[in-house]
Amino acid sequence: MSFVTVRNVFQTYDRRPILERVNVEVEEGQFISVVGASGCGKSTFLRLLLAQELPTKGSVHIAGAPPATEPGLDRGVVFQRYSVFPHMTVRENVIAGESLRKPWGRFFGAERKAAQVRADETLARCGLDHVADTYPATLSGGMQQRLAIGQALAARPRVLLLDEPFGALDPGTRLSMHAFLTDLQAEIGMTVFMVTHDLHEAFKLGDRVLVFDKPRWDPDEPNAYGATITYDFDARDGGIPFQDLEENTHVLRTQ
Amino acid sequence: MRLINIKPARPLAMALTLLPFVLVFVAYAIGSDIRLSANPQDKLLPAPGTVWDTMVRLVSEGDRRTGRILFWHDTWASLQRLAIGVGISASIGLVFGLLIGLLPLVRSFLAQFVAVLSMIPPLALLPILFIVFGLGELSKVVLIVVGTLPFLIRDLSQRVIEVPHELLVKAQTLGASSWVIAIRVALPQLMPRLIQAVRLSLGPAWLFLIAAEAIASDLGLGYRIFLVRRYLAMDVILTYVIWITVLAFLIDWGLRWTSRRFFPWAQEGL
Repeated sequence: MSFVTVRNVFQTYDRRPILERVNVEVEEGQFISVVGASGCGKSTFLRLLLAQELPTKGSVHIAGAPPATEPGLDRGVVFQRYSVFPHMTVRENVIAGESLRKPWGRFFGAERKAAQVRADETLARCGLDHVADTYPATLSGGMQQRLAIGQALAARPRVLLLDEPFGALDPGTRLSMHAFLTDLQAEIGMTVFMVTHDLHEAFKLGDRVLVFDKPRWDPDEPNAYGATITYDFDARDGGIPFQDLEENTHVLRTQ
Repeated sequence: MRLINIKPARPLAMALTLLPFVLVFVAYAIGSDIRLSANPQDKLLPAPGTVWDTMVRLVSEGDRRTGRILFWHDTWASLQRLAIGVGISASIGLVFGLLIGLLPLVRSFLAQFVAVLSMIPPLALLPILFIVFGLGELSKVVLIVVGTLPFLIRDLSQRVIEVPHELLVKAQTLGASSWVIAIRVALPQLMPRLIQAVRLSLGPAWLFLIAAEAIASDLGLGYRIFLVRRYLAMDVILTYVIWITVLAFLIDWGLRWTSRRFFPWAQEGL
């Protein structure tokens, strides 16, 4: 069985179908981009993966476990906004990634010192070590998102879910965030789902690009049908995954 | 230049800040002078000098019978009642605000009940409190609690509900239990709001304190004001009113300072 299995998922709000017949299987370590028009259910799909909502029908399995009923440690998430705790300093935010699961939500004594050292390593990797003692409100948007990703990764989730994480960033910051995320992904090899509006970003970062759209459309009743995955692109090597197959044939073989 | 774009420089801003205080004082002095020149025995608007003399006498001379300086005893008694009342109110409000804001079960159970309770005029309950708790300290403290608690619970639970849902989901993905979310995410974010809510409820708290003291007490700022009213001792009343205003202002300022000092991340809007 694959790592993430979404089986025949339907989601309906007040009898209004949002998603219908969504089936997808994802291998461990893949980077999945999710794109689609506004209101086509891609954020709903992410919330279902997160178990923030439960599907009306169907099931979502991660790592062969039974369907989750609430968000938990196996799924990490970064939202577009409000992803870090404003009342904790940057370092405390990263430590919180490990400590919130404890009975009192914090570390004591030697454990705390060790966690601080680990947090400083994470911050150095995110390029945030020089602002470790400030509050997130003083950081720029890109730094806040880097912190949010660092915090989510500190909890070591099985799957990382990103809901338009770079949507509010300027183009330059966005490019450096892409590089940051690509490096992390190469290093950790985690399964990532990223919802985005930006097709270029989706193909650049993703191994696979899932497109959500409504396969059926009633002009008199636009809300009559829900959306599903209409395209499932292999986006490796810039969307031309088989180009190296071509090159490995007789043409360039020199021996 | 548009009026909305004209900003006073610092000296002018200071002068404008002081101006209303000076104007009120001058208006009072003129009014007092007009009345006193018509009738030197007039007690309604004593001259500022007379009020000042009374003030000095009140804060420094002891009572002729007991030798206690009643002014400070009154202040201490009132502040104690106020602190205990507001303290109890804030503690209970914090706990119930968290419970109602975080737990949908408790919200269904209590939110509407508290909303209805908050509609009861607390002063209408004062006779019941006097009957049940007697005329001592307890009934005064309970009046302050009854008067400010429903507002605090409603305000604080609303503030918890306003904590972005993303933060609660995020905390869950980091493995936090409901308890940890309450103490590590909701409570710290609620603390500056609590201070703000307490600042807002201090006005009603003073009102209920003075009302309770006016009706049944033997010590306290409100008691003294209503006692000397019988002798038309305007100079004493004015001294006490000014003192209460100063106290209320200092408490408010202290709370704002605390909020800024200990919750620097919540700067905006405080």
